[in-house]
Amino acid sequence: MRYLPLTADDRSAMLATIGAATIDDLFADVPVNARLDGPIADLPLHASELSVERHMAALSRRNRAAGDGPFFLGAGAYRHHVPASVDHLIQRGEFLTAYTPYQPEIAQGTLQMLFEFQSQVARLLGTDVANASMYDGSTACWEAIVMARRITKRGKALLSTGLHPHYRSVARTMAKYTGDMLVDGDPSLAAGTDWAELADAIDKNTSCVVVQYPDILGRIDDMTMLATACQAAGALLIAVVTEPVALGLIKAPGEMGADIVVGEGQSLGVGLQFGGPYVGLFACKTKYVRQMPGRLCGETVDANGKRGFVLTLSTREQHIRREKATSNICTNSGLCALAFSIHMTLLGEAGLRQLAAINHGRAKAAAAELAKIPGVSVMNDGYFNEFTLLLPTEARPVVHQLAEKGVLGGVSLGRLYPDNAALGNGLVVAVTETVTEADISAFATALKEVLA
Amino acid sequence: MTAAGGADDRATFTGNRALMLEEALIFEIGSTATTGVDFDEAAPAADLSGLARTAPIGLPGLSEAETVRHYTRLSRQNYAIDLGLFPLGSCTMKHNPRLNEKVARMSGFADAHPLQPQETVQGAYAVIHELAEWLITLTGMHSVAMSPKAGAHGELCGILCIKAALEARGEDRRVILVPESAHGTNPATAAFAGFTVEDIPATEAGRVNLEALKARLGPDVAGVMITNPNTCGLFERDMKAISDAVHAAGGYVYCDGANFNAIVGRVRPGDLGVDAMHINLHKTFSTPHGGGGPGSGPVVLSEALAPFAPLPFVTPHEGGFRLIEEESAGEDHPQTFGRMTAFHGQMGMFTRALTYILSHGADGLKRVAEDAVLNANYVLRSLEGVLDAPFAASGPCMHEALFSDKGLAEGFSTLDIAKGLIDEGYHPMTVYFPLVVHGAMLVEPTETESKAALDQFIGALRSVAMRAKNGDPALKTAPHFAPRARLDETAAARKPILAWNEPAAAPGAPSLSEIGGS
Repeated sequence: MRYLPLTADDRSAMLATIGAATIDDLFADVPVNARLDGPIADLPLHASELSVERHMAALSRRNRAAGDGPFFLGAGAYRHHVPASVDHLIQRGEFLTAYTPYQPEIAQGTLQMLFEFQSQVARLLGTDVANASMYDGSTACWEAIVMARRITKRGKALLSTGLHPHYRSVARTMAKYTGDMLVDGDPSLAAGTDWAELADAIDKNTSCVVVQYPDILGRIDDMTMLATACQAAGALLIAVVTEPVALGLIKAPGEMGADIVVGEGQSLGVGLQFGGPYVGLFACKTKYVRQMPGRLCGETVDANGKRGFVLTLSTREQHIRREKATSNICTNSGLCALAFSIHMTLLGEAGLRQLAAINHGRAKAAAAELAKIPGVSVMNDGYFNEFTLLLPTEARPVVHQLAEKGVLGGVSLGRLYPDNAALGNGLVVAVTETVTEADISAFATALKEVLA
Repeated sequence: MTAAGGADDRATFTGNRALMLEEALIFEIGSTATTGVDFDEAAPAADLSGLARTAPIGLPGLSEAETVRHYTRLSRQNYAIDLGLFPLGSCTMKHNPRLNEKVARMSGFADAHPLQPQETVQGAYAVIHELAEWLITLTGMHSVAMSPKAGAHGELCGILCIKAALEARGEDRRVILVPESAHGTNPATAAFAGFTVEDIPATEAGRVNLEALKARLGPDVAGVMITNPNTCGLFERDMKAISDAVHAAGGYVYCDGANFNAIVGRVRPGDLGVDAMHINLHKTFSTPHGGGGPGSGPVVLSEALAPFAPLPFVTPHEGGFRLIEEESAGEDHPQTFGRMTAFHGQMGMFTRALTYILSHGADGLKRVAEDAVLNANYVLRSLEGVLDAPFAASGPCMHEALFSDKGLAEGFSTLDIAKGLIDEGYHPMTVYFPLVVHGAMLVEPTETESKAALDQFIGALRSVAMRAKNGDPALKTAPHFAPRARLDETAAARKPILAWNEPAAAPGAPSLSEIGGS
């Protein structure tokens, strides 16, 4: 019991101070028939560090790690190289094992970091203010829809067909219970983004229009016209970014007029992590800040006039507002926000722009190579580091056949849209700076063999 | 720094004081041209049909050396469990074993994509399944929903299961009862799912008033949200009677499991009639708090609620595992209420929690609860007579000891004791919560504190409490030795500054973006 410091003598002395004869006396309020006095059936006893590590390592080896071979998966989670110093720094105990900074005098490290994170995120997304992170992109997207209802006092949200289907599914699940009406659908492989149609569909009951950029098929489009249409109709434009590295190269949604920009920050600093923990980004125009969910860190001064930072505007939060609270967020993703912020600081503007350009260049090279395969075409006109291949056959089994050949070759639209046969031949392929020329050749060779 | 106890207040040139170092913002020390990352190739030309960024973003960069120094300096301005006892009640700051961190970083876990072909991630599914089995067994429940990303998200999951179950029964019950002794997030969660929230008072002994609860039950009540052990640090003795009454009236019982660490291995919530309970993995199973998350909030469910659990989930299949992720996979799970988050939940927290569980085993987990309760009662009894302990006569406390501000000198409050503790080298306990007690102080030492550590903390708290009782004016301006004195939170809220903005430049001075030359 290497983590438990009390000795038998300590326990006896402490029980004597308390005035109890045994530990069991301290559980006197638990009804006798609800107590577990003996061992719990079927569960093993404590184990050494060595044996636990062996067990977990064996489980880890039953996974194919992304770095073990050619890897092309994206669709909302991206594999980027994370500099070694990021993980080193977040493992400092003063960050890793600190609590939520409710006592600002002894939490300035976390608070200053959060203020820097907010500033970086706001600039990257092109908006005025950002919060100190959410659970992930998908829940941040839903919270943005709820926020738009609160601001506009209208209940109809138009979701672009290019929104990640899991994000759409989260919004749909929650809307069943909160009473929002969602208008949504599956993307079409034949057409470009549906943003013009969305603009036409806005009416006086529309609270918001939600678009993804780049979207689930990797398409990019200018949303300025949509922002203008939203503004004219009193609705809000919510933009979702699942690949923030893209914003090193392409215009930020805020720059094009989006009112709220949410995103998944996993690409910077966090890693794939099999789906979590991730870091939700949430930013908006200044005029909506008091309607924003989540924690906010603000600058102030201390009693001696020195600059310092505190959590602020917490009167919006649920533990204070109780049943009048406006969001489900209680905790945030502080440590993941730190990882994001450190990676961003290491990159700086120059590094981010170069990283983004390399991603885009590598994706263009891969698309050109893959499009040479007979029967295979690239659907996108424009893209950043992710595009959709149209195969001459259903993509879902192809993914498994590629895996047998050692190539993790993308996410089939059949997996993302199991009920939509029209999308079955689509394969979403992501290409980041971690992909080598040899990986691209291996993918092309394997795909050719599978399709032959 | 304020002179106190002979402290030297002479200013230094840098603003630093030996090992206490001031640190500017990255926006003040970095430039947009600096980078701490080298790439193997030059940036190729972009082809972005009119969408290329043209204006500067304004993101400062630092070299790797500067970055390491910046964040190391910032880290030194934080209190953390690695530095000392963290007596936060209901927040449970315990030692975070480094084996957990090592395991979470194994490449098979950390470097796996959530949408990889299922045959390539059987180890990750095995972790989810193995942890799920432990949670089910330890709680005596029927099944568990693993995807909720934090405690409050887990509360929402449990309440949505209740809502879906009622819908399946064709009943429109709209009221959720929340006792005063429950967590503050509970009413928010219920309201979010469209329920009306009604409070149930606490007894003078700090527990749910069973008679008041029974009197309110009826055909409009969907269920009750209860916290056990509750926020007064007490075990709800009538839990089984409460569950029986709620079930008899056709409702469901949600238990806030934030305090499960007090009873793990000693009591199974399933035996008490609970239908749904979230488990904050960081509290009971030691995943790090990280300065505010990430959390993880799996929800254990009774047989009645299990069919409504959210997607996705892992199920055994042909000697391995299968991920059920589609609503159309109806044959297995026709009544699911849907999806709560994009992927599978907090895998990185699952690996840490499972590592901690395996390290302790069934015997060790039981000792965890016992030592946590022993330490809390030791603190409670050691401070009796110094601080008012309103429920000390209500029975042993569980994992946390509750005190009030009764008996302090005129003008002195709980806040002053909290800030005084900072000067003693401790993070303050939870203050002004629970609301049931005036000027609450909730102390949770946890099982990873030694007797010697507790004795020093008790001595420090006693000393600060005596100063508050005696009206020591120096306490009103504490802390004096922290990186910052009391901060002006009112000004921060009145005129929020939430992002760094370039100060108006002196004529001719280059701006951040110009320095970078981007």
